[in-house]
Amino acid sequence: MSAIIAIKALSKTYASGHPALKQVDLEIQPGEIFALLGPNGAGKTTLISIVCGIVNPGGGQVLVAGHDIVRDYRASRGQIGLVPQELVNDVFETVWATVKFSRGLFGKAPNAAYLEQLLKELSLWDKRDAKIIELSGGMKRRVMIAKALAHEPNILFLDEPTAGVDVELRRDMWAMVRRLRERGVTIILTTHYIEEAEEMADRIGVIRKGELILVEDKDVLMRRLGRKELILHLKEPLTSLPASLADFKLELIESGHGLRYGFDSQHDDTGIPRLLAAISAAGLELRDLKSKESSLEEIFVNLLKEGV
Amino acid sequence: MNLYAVRAIYLFELARTWRTLLQSIATPVISTSLYFVVFGAAIGASMNQVHGVSYGAFIVPGLIMLALLTESISNASFGIYMPRYAGTIYEVLSAPISPLEIVIGYVGAAATKSVILGLVILLTAGLFVDFEIAHPVWMLIYLVLTAFTFSLFGFIIGIWADGWEKLQVVPALIVTPLTFLGGSFYSISMLPEVWQTITLFNPVVYLISAFRWTFYGVADVNVWLSFGMTVVFLLACLGVVSWMFKSGYRLKN
Ligand SMILES: Nc1ncnc2c1ncn2[C@@H]1O[C@H](COP(=O)(O)OP(=O)(O)O)[C@@H](O)[C@H]1O
Ligand SMILES: [Mg+2]
Repeated sequence: MSAIIAIKALSKTYASGHPALKQVDLEIQPGEIFALLGPNGAGKTTLISIVCGIVNPGGGQVLVAGHDIVRDYRASRGQIGLVPQELVNDVFETVWATVKFSRGLFGKAPNAAYLEQLLKELSLWDKRDAKIIELSGGMKRRVMIAKALAHEPNILFLDEPTAGVDVELRRDMWAMVRRLRERGVTIILTTHYIEEAEEMADRIGVIRKGELILVEDKDVLMRRLGRKELILHLKEPLTSLPASLADFKLELIESGHGLRYGFDSQHDDTGIPRLLAAISAAGLELRDLKSKESSLEEIFVNLLKEGV
Repeated sequence: MNLYAVRAIYLFELARTWRTLLQSIATPVISTSLYFVVFGAAIGASMNQVHGVSYGAFIVPGLIMLALLTESISNASFGIYMPRYAGTIYEVLSAPISPLEIVIGYVGAAATKSVILGLVILLTAGLFVDFEIAHPVWMLIYLVLTAFTFSLFGFIIGIWADGWEKLQVVPALIVTPLTFLGGSFYSISMLPEVWQTITLFNPVVYLISAFRWTFYGVADVNVWLSFGMTVVFLLACLGVVSWMFKSGYRLKN
């Protein structure tokens, strides 16, 4: 399948001289949910803003459904809906007027039936004649989602959709994302909540200081998440592993004072009893042992710390 | 051409006027009426005719121009500054719409308001003074041309301004004084010779002179020169706007 968004060597340096993106390569597949994960200031919003046409790209190229975002911006932008990070609205307008405006702006003929259904799905129908200024924060965010979907885009960008959002809206939003995905909409969301990425995404990209340092299927990451480690401390240090333990994929650590054994905690057979039996058969004496989880969180923390 | 987008912006902007009807139409109409009462009826009664028309009638075109210029600039600058300030501009920037379409939507709406306003003031003036319009078609053409040109100028100010103060400063400190000194209330032939020459550097003189010609068939400066100057200013504004969009000036990082 060819990518619906193809980002090649994209870079961006703001006028301030700050390099916000460095040679980012990324392909998004049609219909997937992609989570872009990274701390504040990593460049998530910059990346999205360039693809949507709000920020001028520095170097590199972006194709949306095969259309260059600069040369062929009409075709590329028409496919995209964006819910930006900041809550911004024409506060003196009614919900209905602002959603209708969005649809027109993206070149779609009026379709009151579609907009009605959209507002109903987002629990905004009762508020259609209310001025936006009268709405609560959560409702205002729903309006922004409605605006982004008003022109029936194939691709939806959600920039930190659940930051500062109450539980109910968060749940509604996730349900909506799933419904959209069933209709074939490609969704790219940014977040710095790992659980959100875990809950929603098919694939996860990690961005740090303008560099995309990892792109991985969520399942692969989850498998890593499922991995545990057993650390065995030995009474006498070893210089090398005994041949009888070669099958266990052990790692010698702490200059021979310890052994690290990785295993899948979700698997029935962890191999631990066999390992312990083999260790005692090899005549090694244990001082202490502990097991620890390597969480997704930890993976990210390590990834993000690398090179600092 | 993304006509739905142009229409969406145009109607959205006009809806804003409708909502603030009092402010956008009633206020300028009331202030212009006060001018007619004070200058036309009260002072004008003891004034001689100018260029063969009563003083009250003489000031009508100038007063319409005064309102047209200030309202075109303030409407158009506010129309584009507001979404920049509120952040809602993101949507326009991310839409499949060309700079030209954006300009037609915003500037077209601002110019429409100004033209309506100009016509309302014209009708209001009829309540206070008697006057005739010698060249009604040219009058309308010039009204529309000026409204569009200065709405475009206001649009530029709305993109250039990075604070509310700057938004006010050009209309208040440049346009209003130039309009007052541009022959709204007098014929420049009434000035001492030195001032007549200096006045010719004031672009608004040409606007008012030509507009007055469409009413009474007399002008301070050559009518074609005036039209030419207006068109040149319009083209200059178009050039600036197109540069602004190409470079992303104050719109995109
Ligand atoms: N308009 C701007 N001008 C200068 N620097 C900016 C601008 N916008 C963002 N930045 C900088 O670029 C970096 C990336 O910002 P951003 O893309 O907003 O990150 P994220 O969305 O991941 O938090 C940050 O260091 C930020 O300070
Ligand atoms: Mg951000």
